[in-house]
Amino acid sequence: MQTFDLEAQGLRALNSTLHAQAENTNQTQWEIINPKGSHAIAVGLDAPIEVNVKGSTGYYCAGMNKQATVHVHGSAGPGTAENMMSGTVIVEGDASQYAGATGHGGTLIIKGNASSRCGISMKGIDIIVHGNIGHMSAFMAQSGNIVVCGDAGDALGDSCYEARFFVRGSVKSLGADCIEKEMRPEHIAILEELLERGGCDAKASEFKRYGSARNLYNFDVDNAAAY
Amino acid sequence: MKDHDARGIPHTTPRQSATFTQDANSDIRRAAATGIYDIRGGGAKRKVPHFDDLLFLGASISRYPLEGYREKCGTDVTLGGRHATNPIKLDIPITIAGMSFGALSGPAKEALGRGASAAGTSTTTGDGGMTPEERGHSSKLVYQYLPSRYGMNPDDLRKADAIEIVVGQGAKPGGGGMLLGQKISDRVAEMRNLPKGIDQRSSCRHPDWTGPDDLEIKILELREITGWKVPIYVKVAGARPYFDTTLAVKAGADVVVLDGMQGGTAATQDVFIEHVGQPTLACIRPAVKALQDLGMHREVQLIVSGGIRNGADVAKAMALGADAVAIGTAALIALGDNDPKWEAEYNALGTTAGAYDDWHEGQDPAGITTQDPDLMKRFDPVEGGRRLKNYLKVLTLEAQTIARACGKNHMHNLEPEDLVALTMEAAAMAQVPLAGTDWYPGKPNTSF
Repeated sequence: MQTFDLEAQGLRALNSTLHAQAENTNQTQWEIINPKGSHAIAVGLDAPIEVNVKGSTGYYCAGMNKQATVHVHGSAGPGTAENMMSGTVIVEGDASQYAGATGHGGTLIIKGNASSRCGISMKGIDIIVHGNIGHMSAFMAQSGNIVVCGDAGDALGDSCYEARFFVRGSVKSLGADCIEKEMRPEHIAILEELLERGGCDAKASEFKRYGSARNLYNFDVDNAAAY
Repeated sequence: MKDHDARGIPHTTPRQSATFTQDANSDIRRAAATGIYDIRGGGAKRKVPHFDDLLFLGASISRYPLEGYREKCGTDVTLGGRHATNPIKLDIPITIAGMSFGALSGPAKEALGRGASAAGTSTTTGDGGMTPEERGHSSKLVYQYLPSRYGMNPDDLRKADAIEIVVGQGAKPGGGGMLLGQKISDRVAEMRNLPKGIDQRSSCRHPDWTGPDDLEIKILELREITGWKVPIYVKVAGARPYFDTTLAVKAGADVVVLDGMQGGTAATQDVFIEHVGQPTLACIRPAVKALQDLGMHREVQLIVSGGIRNGADVAKAMALGADAVAIGTAALIALGDNDPKWEAEYNALGTTAGAYDDWHEGQDPAGITTQDPDLMKRFDPVEGGRRLKNYLKVLTLEAQTIARACGKNHMHNLEPEDLVALTMEAAAMAQVPLAGTDWYPGKPNTSF
C-alpha cells in the first residue's frame, strides 16, 4: 500500500505519480489521505491500480479514468468520473451534479444519492446509484445504463438516444422523448448483472425500464413542441 | 409591359420593397411550404463592416519601409507559453480552424493536415473527435474539447499538441451544432456513439461545467491529465469579447480564440447565423483591451477568425492586436469548395458556385463536405493539401508585403497606428481614425 498525503505533497505530484504507474506496476494499491475536497484527484489514470481516497473530493475526481479503480470514502463533487473510459469508480457517500457525464465505459457506483444531470450525455458507461438521482439526469444520454434504486427527479432521460434507465422508485417526470418501456427477459438479465456489480440489495423485478421513444431522432416540425 | 393603361394613364414604375426583398420573400415562401426553418452552413452573408473598410497607410517621411525580398519580416508565432511546457511554435500566424470529421470527409481533413503542415502551421479537429489520418498528416494538431464530447477520449487528448475548449462559435454564439442523418455514416456514427442515420444534435453548452469558476477547474483537470505540457485554448464567439476574453484569461487560458459572425459553421439555422453575434471587426479591439487591462496582451495570445480571405485581412487583424488568425471557409475554398467547375451540379441543387451552403446535406459536388463515397472520390487529398499550402503561402507573402511597407520587421509589430478606416462604422469598431481625420467615434476626450 502506497500512501500519498495530498495536502503535503500536492495535486501535481499525485497525478504525475499515478500516471507513471505502468500496465504491469507492482504498486497496485494506493491510499490518498487529506483530500479535503480538492479538485481533479486521480484524473486521467490508465493502469490497473486501486486508489482509495480517504475523504471527500472536489470536481472531476477520476475524470477520464481508464482501467483503474478509484474508491472515494466520502462524498464526491461535480463531474465525478466524467468521460470515464473503463475501470470502476465507487463513491461511498453522495455525488454532486454531472456524475459520470459523457462516460464512455466502466462502472460508476454511488452508494448515496446523485445530484442533477447524472449521466448527462453518457456514451456507454454504467452508473449504479443506491439512492436517488436529481433532475435532468441522463439528458441526451447516448448509450450505457443507469440503475437507480431510489427515485428519479424531473425530466429523466430528456432527448436521450439508446441508453437504458432502470428505476426502482418513482420518476417525478420523464423528459422529452423518454418513455417507460417493457422490461423483457434480456433487460432483466442486464439489470441483475448491474445490481450484482453495484452491490445493490434489490431485485430486478422491482424496477421499471425507461428509454427513448425515438420520435425525435429525425427532425419533424410536428414534434416542434417537444423541443 | 405597357407603360400606360387602357385609358392612357401612365403606370408607375414597379417598385420592389426594400424591406420585403426578393430574398426575404423567398424565405417566406420556403418557410410556408416546409414548416421548418432554413438550415445551412457557412457564416453570416449579410454585409457588415469588415477589414475591407480599413486601409493601411504605408510608409512616408515619418515611417520608412523595409525592402521587399531583401529585408526580413518575421512571421513566426509561439502560442501557449503562459502555462504549457510545450507551447506551439508556428512558422506563420495563420492557423486552420476547427472543422469536424463528419461535416468534412476524411480525405478533406487529411488535406487540411497536409496543407497546414507543409506551410508550417497547425490544424484543428472538430466535433466528432480525432481521426488517425488527421493526426498522421498534421504536424501540429489542436484537439477541440466540445460540449458534445463526441469521440472525446484521454488517449487522443494526450496525442494533441494543444487543446481548444470550445465555448462558442461565431456563426452561432449560444447555439449547438447539428449533423443531419444523411451524413451519419457508419464511421461517423461509431465515432460519435450514435445510431446511424439520425439527425445528430450537438449541445450548446458543456455538460459538466457552467461559468468561469467551473471553467478554471475544468482547465485544471485537462492540464493534470496532460501533465501541463500542452497549451489550453479557449474559443469564444464574437458576442461579448471584452468580458469573454477577461473570463477566459482569468480561468487560465493560454490562448483565446475569438470567432466573429462571419466565421462558418457546418450547419445551423440561417436566422441564427445572420442575427446573432458581432462582426469580427467589432470584436478585436475589445478583446485586445481586455488582455491589455489584465497585463496579458502577447502573454496570452489572441487568435482571430471569421472572414479572413487574403493577406491584407491577416495583416489588419494583427495590426489591431491579434497574434494570429484562423481560417475555415477560405481553407475549404482553397481545397476546391464552391469551385465554378461544378456549376452544372450546383445548378442541379438549386444554387450556384459561390453560394452553395447546404453542406449539411452531404451532396457537395466538390466531394469535401460529404460522407458519400462516390462524391468523396472526386477529392484528392494530396492535391488539396498542395492547394492549401499554396494559399497559406500567398496569404503570408501578402501580409509580409504590407508589413514591410509599414516598416515592420515582424508581423507582430503591425499596430493600429498603421490603419485608417473608410467608414464611420469601421472607425468606431476598429478604433482607428476615419481616413483624412485624426478622429474616430468614441475616441476618448473628443466629442462628435
